[in-house]
Amino acid sequence: MAESRLPHPDLPPPASIIGPWGWMRRNLFSSPLNIALTALAAYLLWVAVPHLLNWTLFNATWSGDTRADCQANSGACWVFIRVHFEQFMYGFYPEAQRWRVNIAVLLLILGAAPLFIRTVPNPVKVKLGLSLLVVYPMVAFVLFKGGLFGLPNVETSRWGGLLLTLVIAGVGMAAALPLGVLLALGRRSKMPAIQTLCVTFIEFWRGVPLITVLFMSSVMLPLFLPEGMNFDKLLRALIGVTLFQAAYMAEVVRGGLQAIPKGQIEAAAALGLGYWKSMALIVLPQALKLVIPGIVNTFIALFKDTSLVLIIGLFDLMNTVHNATTNPDWLGFSTEGYVFAAAVYWLFCFSMSRYSQNLEKRLHTGHKR
Amino acid sequence: MTELSSAPVKPPFWNNPQVRAIIFQAVALLATVAFGLYLFENTQDNLRRLGIASGFGFLSSPAGFDIIQTLIPYSAASSYGQVFWVALLNTLLVSALGIIFATLLGFIIGVARLSKNWLIAKLALAYIETFRNVPLLLQIFFWYFAVLRAAPAPRQSLSLGDTFFLNIRGLYLPAPQFQPGFGWVLATLGVVIVIVVVLTRWARRRQMATGQPFPILSTALALLIGLPLITFWLAGSPLHWQVPELRGFNFQGGLVIIPEMASLLLALSIYTAAFIAEIVRAGIQAVSHGQTEASFSLGLNSGMTLRLIILPQALRVIIPPMTNQYLNLTKNSSLAAAIGYPDLVSSFAGTTLNQTGQAIECIAITMAVYLTISLLISFVMNWYNRRVALVER
Amino acid sequence: MNGLKTLATTAVLLLAAASAAHAGVTLDAIKKNGFIKCGVSDGLPGFSYADEKGNYSGIDVDVCRAIAAAVFGDATKVKFTPLTAKERLTALQSGEIDVLSRNTTWTSSRDSAQGMNFTGITYYDGQGFLVNKKLGVKSAKELDGATVCVQAGTTTELNLSDYFRANKMKLTPISYDKSDESAKSLEAGRCDVLTSDQSQLYAQRIKLAKPDDYIVLPEVISKEPLGPVVRHGDDDWFDIVKWTLFVMVNAEEMGINSKNVEEMKKSTNPDVKRMLGVEGDRGKDFGLANDWMAVVIKQVGNYGEIFDRNVGAGSPLKIERGLNALWNQGGLQYTPPVR
Repeated sequence: MAESRLPHPDLPPPASIIGPWGWMRRNLFSSPLNIALTALAAYLLWVAVPHLLNWTLFNATWSGDTRADCQANSGACWVFIRVHFEQFMYGFYPEAQRWRVNIAVLLLILGAAPLFIRTVPNPVKVKLGLSLLVVYPMVAFVLFKGGLFGLPNVETSRWGGLLLTLVIAGVGMAAALPLGVLLALGRRSKMPAIQTLCVTFIEFWRGVPLITVLFMSSVMLPLFLPEGMNFDKLLRALIGVTLFQAAYMAEVVRGGLQAIPKGQIEAAAALGLGYWKSMALIVLPQALKLVIPGIVNTFIALFKDTSLVLIIGLFDLMNTVHNATTNPDWLGFSTEGYVFAAAVYWLFCFSMSRYSQNLEKRLHTGHKR
Repeated sequence: MTELSSAPVKPPFWNNPQVRAIIFQAVALLATVAFGLYLFENTQDNLRRLGIASGFGFLSSPAGFDIIQTLIPYSAASSYGQVFWVALLNTLLVSALGIIFATLLGFIIGVARLSKNWLIAKLALAYIETFRNVPLLLQIFFWYFAVLRAAPAPRQSLSLGDTFFLNIRGLYLPAPQFQPGFGWVLATLGVVIVIVVVLTRWARRRQMATGQPFPILSTALALLIGLPLITFWLAGSPLHWQVPELRGFNFQGGLVIIPEMASLLLALSIYTAAFIAEIVRAGIQAVSHGQTEASFSLGLNSGMTLRLIILPQALRVIIPPMTNQYLNLTKNSSLAAAIGYPDLVSSFAGTTLNQTGQAIECIAITMAVYLTISLLISFVMNWYNRRVALVER
Repeated sequence: MNGLKTLATTAVLLLAAASAAHAGVTLDAIKKNGFIKCGVSDGLPGFSYADEKGNYSGIDVDVCRAIAAAVFGDATKVKFTPLTAKERLTALQSGEIDVLSRNTTWTSSRDSAQGMNFTGITYYDGQGFLVNKKLGVKSAKELDGATVCVQAGTTTELNLSDYFRANKMKLTPISYDKSDESAKSLEAGRCDVLTSDQSQLYAQRIKLAKPDDYIVLPEVISKEPLGPVVRHGDDDWFDIVKWTLFVMVNAEEMGINSKNVEEMKKSTNPDVKRMLGVEGDRGKDFGLANDWMAVVIKQVGNYGEIFDRNVGAGSPLKIERGLNALWNQGGLQYTPPVR
């Protein structure tokens, strides 16, 4: 019979290597050591997770207005966060003017959203990105600071909370990247004087702790300036943070520059491009693409470092939370405050790192393994 | 009629790249020097106008305040110069311990991240993503104000066999007290170290020549522990332990790890370990899988493969970014000021600066110290890096 | 004739030069800015404290407001900079602030080597100890071996070491940057004792969850005269700050307060008339509006008023006037007359 010559249909794989049981055998219990490790990890989770869940969710207090409302439950007192929420977001920004901050944030979201949509053509994205980098800060500054178009003036000393954290981080990122690129180019320059200056600058800022830099910029700077000359405290903190991170950025970008083969520069020269043109059109686009993870890591570090302005008395998210935990009416809720602050910082940093991984994958034009 | 010249027009000198480079550099240098001078002049003027004393004479005047943790003899009668050394040692202590703990923890987590065990790998991932995305200062506050504050009062201390005590004032450990004969033990230890070094060299040479391995690790350990122990016993056990005991307000005697240092150390180690873990993972992944296969085919077991094949290659990738993490940890230890650990920034650039009013001098010294430390660490690491670097033909 | 003219010209030039040298940069800059940069504490109820909306209150804050009222006729023209004990002197030295009104102790080294001028004494204070009642300590002499929380970079830190050394007691100090952290640590039991100026101890105590569990020990181990400070180099500014304080004390002595100041302008008492700018040019002498003293009293109040509402009977702190009563009521507050 014809059928008898056909190969026997494949047998199903043994039950022990497919399905959840097979997966567990392969991934959890492949060897005695792994069995022990799995058991240990499972035990740790078994002990820790119920506690955590009880504290954060099941035994927590969500409604109420005073600390007395939290007495009944053994878990977290999220009322503390709810009562102070506005303060954590805006700091001392006058309540009547907070709509301005909201509008600025809305503008940012509307402006940035197309950048994340794949169907938007690239040239549009570039234009949008550039205008976000150049025009948006001015618009946001006018909105925050006021004093123009009939908006009441709000002193920078009243900016606070997450708003201030985002302002410092945003300005820091926008300024540190170009400065870092220039420094990296300077460090790779063939002119000895420029190279020495850049190396000294970079090594100096990388070698000192940020808090001494901030201390200097916040209370000592006028000593180095002519009598009577001074500028805004926030601006000085911004300059301190920017210079500090620019030095780190420079090292990241240098890594990218070193990875570009010399042939690229020679080819650019052969085409008659000058130094700046060959850098801007040939070398930097390739180099920066290579070091996107490093750049984003520097951004993340910068975002986390904004919390150090606490030490010079600016009321960023961190300081606002810390301050609220010392409020006599709300003593004893440090954990809730820190957990909340940690969650906010974590959300921003984690999304940045995820976005960079995504970008890295999409920009990867080489061979995939 | 215009006459066409056949010779190319000589470009004007300002288009000559060499001339341009010189002019450009001269301008940059001049601008930097001028800016520096400008700041210097302003500072001089300001100091003179305000009548603020300057100079480093203050370093020899008595400090007049006490410090909670001093590794070298110090009292309120000591000088500001002594404050500097105390503070510097405190910074170095917490940085060195932090580097050790962070490296150990980081290696464990990094290897766990690559584990074939799904649960372990995910736990390691969760650890990394949690701790590296939260500001260090927040973590320090968390450990200090939220966790260590939950420790009991001195009278309700948790104790382990009435020898170790944990309370809100710190972790109290017995302190070793060396009796006169202890020098012999140290001397033996020194001799043994020399023997081990010689033995290692001989073993390596023999292996190179004959291919026969020598169990150097176990021999060395036996020597290192055994011989000093014998001397210790012969010298009549010249070591006593001073156990802390509760007297008055606090435990007296013994060693104490103050909570300020404990929380700083915890936060620094846990935070930096998350970065080190990622570096270790990347380093191990950078070694191609073919190396492992080749090693297995040569008959090496998985432990030897890791130790002899993978790690030496991975270390080349790991060391440069690791250096940066060590530097960061050292600089981050300056956040001590936020919780009252007496480090350089807190005791010297803080208290001393304030008691003397010598802001510029104190900050300059502090920055110089950090710069020196960071240059030293990068120097040592560069040297090591060059040693392990791939030697190409 | 010619000689006389030359002489007159020289005199005018000299005067101009003298006044140019005299007119201080700080005051010029303040007038140009339109506000006073005032350094205050980072959170000490009764002295300077920012509420949740960022509004400052306290005795040190009111001194700043009074100075603004004197210079601009408007007590709101102040920009407050919260400073930790460690930052405050550097901030003043550098010009980051124009006046430091932050319970700062007047000492010789601060007046000389550190380039500052203390303008007067807003509060006569002394260092004390705050302990938990449970410890059962009745006197500071029983504190041998205690762990003490103290604010870093203060005179208190120095006095503490001196006191323990003089009494041959063992000390474990913990120095925090912020007073809040000391209070939190005392509450948690990290330290047995909190030491600071007594006024601050009362202020810290009301920030604790259970203030009644804590007592201030009877010993006062130092003199702590607290007052506003300015930098060397601007005498006009120094005079204004100094006299703003004096005016407030004088006003209390004369019975002028923020409520009755308009009526008092009709007083027949020549002292009162002089001070309120009704008679004579005592206000103009400072290069300010002639009635600036009246404005200060009207907008901020006299010394007694600001004491009462911030730290005294009218406040949660309820501190007795004690040494800070007027000289004719058994205290030390005695100021030169307006004349």
